[in-house]
Amino acid sequence: MDRNQMQMHRQIANIRKSLFDQEYLDEQFIQLEELQDNSNPNFVEEVVTLFYRDSARFLYNLDQALEKRPLDFSKLDSLMHQFKGSSSSIGAKKVKIECTHFRDYCNARNAEGCKRTFQHVKKEYTTLKKKLEAYFQMSRQTGPVERACRPR
Amino acid sequence: MNLGGSQVVNKQSMMPSSSGASWKSTVAGGSGGGGGGDGGVPDQFPAGLRVLVVDDDPTCLMILEKMLRNCNYEVTKCNRAEVALSFLRENKNGFDVVISDVHMPDMDGFKLLEHIGIEMDLPVIMMSADDSKSVVMKGVTHGACDYLIKPVRIEALRNIWQHVVRKRKHEWKDFEPSASADEQKPPEEPDYSSSANEGHNWKNTKRRKDEDDDGEDRDDSSSLKKPRVVWSVELHQQFVAAVNQLGIDKAVPKKILELMNVPGLTRENVASHLQKYRLYLRRLSGSQHPGGMSAGFMGGPDAGYGSISSLNGLDLQALAASGQLGQLPPQSLATLQAAALGRTTNSKSPISAPVIDQRNIFSFENPKSRYTEVQSQHLTSSSSSSKQMNLLPGIPTNMEPKQFVSLQHQSGQHSFGSINNQVLIQMGGQSQSQSQSNTIPHHGLRPPVLSSEMLTRGGVVDMATTVYNPVVSQASSLVDFSINHKNDSTGSSYPLGGSLGIPNLTSATPTPLQGDGNLDTKVPRRGIVSSYDIFNELNPSGIREWGLQDVGMTFDSAQHTMQGGSAPVLLQHNRSSEREMGGQNRNSTSGKAIFSPGVESGSHRNVGQHRNSYVGENSLRVKAEDGSSHNNTLYSEQYGDDLLAAILKQHHQQQQPPQGVGQAETEFGFDGYAMDNLPA
Repeated sequence: MDRNQMQMHRQIANIRKSLFDQEYLDEQFIQLEELQDNSNPNFVEEVVTLFYRDSARFLYNLDQALEKRPLDFSKLDSLMHQFKGSSSSIGAKKVKIECTHFRDYCNARNAEGCKRTFQHVKKEYTTLKKKLEAYFQMSRQTGPVERACRPR
Repeated sequence: MNLGGSQVVNKQSMMPSSSGASWKSTVAGGSGGGGGGDGGVPDQFPAGLRVLVVDDDPTCLMILEKMLRNCNYEVTKCNRAEVALSFLRENKNGFDVVISDVHMPDMDGFKLLEHIGIEMDLPVIMMSADDSKSVVMKGVTHGACDYLIKPVRIEALRNIWQHVVRKRKHEWKDFEPSASADEQKPPEEPDYSSSANEGHNWKNTKRRKDEDDDGEDRDDSSSLKKPRVVWSVELHQQFVAAVNQLGIDKAVPKKILELMNVPGLTRENVASHLQKYRLYLRRLSGSQHPGGMSAGFMGGPDAGYGSISSLNGLDLQALAASGQLGQLPPQSLATLQAAALGRTTNSKSPISAPVIDQRNIFSFENPKSRYTEVQSQHLTSSSSSSKQMNLLPGIPTNMEPKQFVSLQHQSGQHSFGSINNQVLIQMGGQSQSQSQSNTIPHHGLRPPVLSSEMLTRGGVVDMATTVYNPVVSQASSLVDFSINHKNDSTGSSYPLGGSLGIPNLTSATPTPLQGDGNLDTKVPRRGIVSSYDIFNELNPSGIREWGLQDVGMTFDSAQHTMQGGSAPVLLQHNRSSEREMGGQNRNSTSGKAIFSPGVESGSHRNVGQHRNSYVGENSLRVKAEDGSSHNNTLYSEQYGDDLLAAILKQHHQQQQPPQGVGQAETEFGFDGYAMDNLPA
């Protein structure tokens, strides 16, 4: 591959590494990467896309539920539990952490805490989404991304 | 199954798309692969392991699928529990293991777990992002073989095959590969499924043999090759009656044993059965809230309890079958079922009590069942029953109306349930052969009632005994009935906890349930009998409830068959004409020993194991009854209408079931059929 490509690859690797370093992603994402193979060359991206679609629904439902008065904490908890499960399955670390906070507030029936945390959840989610989209786009441009390697 | 072969590959290619479509195709592929077992080369195990993964989260589902594929497993995914269940039912031997999420919108994962355990007895692995101890414990108590915390890593999935092997190993260990594998289901797949079949077959055959020869009371703690006591419905009813007589608190194995006076039964048998029963009861009482308990006391390992319920169910079915169901008035069926379910709560009136319970059972299970009148009464009466019903709310009961479902619940999911299910199934299966269209929708439910009736009549006892011994009177036939349902493979078809020690009993003369009311086995779902609650508590994890729920579920499949066929099957039993009813009616399945040894504690296991949908066979087996006591006569005489009428009559006569007892019955899983509630 020419220098340009090599540079691009390096760049992508760096981006990827930073995603891990900054804890946007965790080990689970690597699991996904490891699942990607010739029969599913875009597996990771497909899964993440599916996650976005699903998440949109969860976030919307959560938003709705948070609008209700009084707050139905158990429903919120249940919704967030699902969203957390989803996020953790793709390795969205920060999102998952915020989800946990949210559930803690739910258990404590702290409405303010819940709403505040939910904003964090959304923020982390949006950030991750942007970063991943950029990452995948670049990867596509440069060709097959290198295999998953544990970030050091 | 294709070991990572073409099929798997195909699946993969299809999979990337939405789960819905893909899994369908996968299913097709899987089914083909699974069923055909092409290549099922054991050597390649665990490659080709057929996994069904259920999760409402599409992201997780996609990831799991890919992971499992990468493990060279054959994956089928579904995002709805009900779909998964129907899928499992349609392909009785199509899967080796199920992985399910805990939180799903249409059905609680634990419920699904119970159903699967009872109906198909497949190893089920639960998973959730929730790692709290209570939830994990719940998984354990509901019988999950493993619990994975999300996010799931591929390493965790690589070893799931061990659960399959372990389960199979347990199934086989109690049986000696007896030669008679009469009802062996021709293994569709040489590998896993076949082994499962063989296991089942062996079990069945062994059960049958056991009936004749064992008589002993071996502890069901199972040493290898130890003949297990099969707690048939009758036996269980006797047991329950004895327990009720002594009082739950004072019921010690020694005294129970004395009261039961069943030759060949040891104190150990009773002790272990008692333990299961207690757990079951506890679960019943607790199930109201959690709703997990549903399934009556199926008697986990012992399935003894289950057997009773199953008997009940069987009876009902038998009655239905015999009476060409159509003839039986719905009510009578309900009554029968109630009776069956009730199992003997009434010490006073052997039949009445059970009848009532059965009714309740019915009601619980299917509030909408046709016998609503009867059932509704019960429903209202037994809160537990209602619980039961709710248990399978989400499940679109393929089977017939909720009744089956409720039956299942009642039958206590695992062990018991299995029996009940079996019963139900059998009924259903029978219908197939018989093609009788039983008007009674609740075939599933019916059988239990019938069985109880039989049991209560005293014939129940016979049933237990007959399970293994053809000699056993009708009761046995009924038992078979239930057992057959399950998976028919359980030969002895008392899978549900048939541990009533039928086999042991066989040697002994069928002792009609002592005190008709003895069949207090009816554990009121609602735990009316507080004493029974104790049982529930004691219920060790995984003990399937007696509830007929399972029955219902399983029945579902059977239903179709049952409808028409069930009745005939039962009838046959009653007529005691054919011992192997199974064989006759259900041509479909090789009458695996209805009361196959599976009934024992592991029975529910066995029951479930018979994935071979041996629906009809078992039931037919029950036939053996020869007239053993009046119970038999009861059935034989009345086959069908008469039977129902008789039952009803008795019921009415005996209408005063001890309240407590009745309730206890529900716990057993007879959901809600409060004896009292039964309208006289």
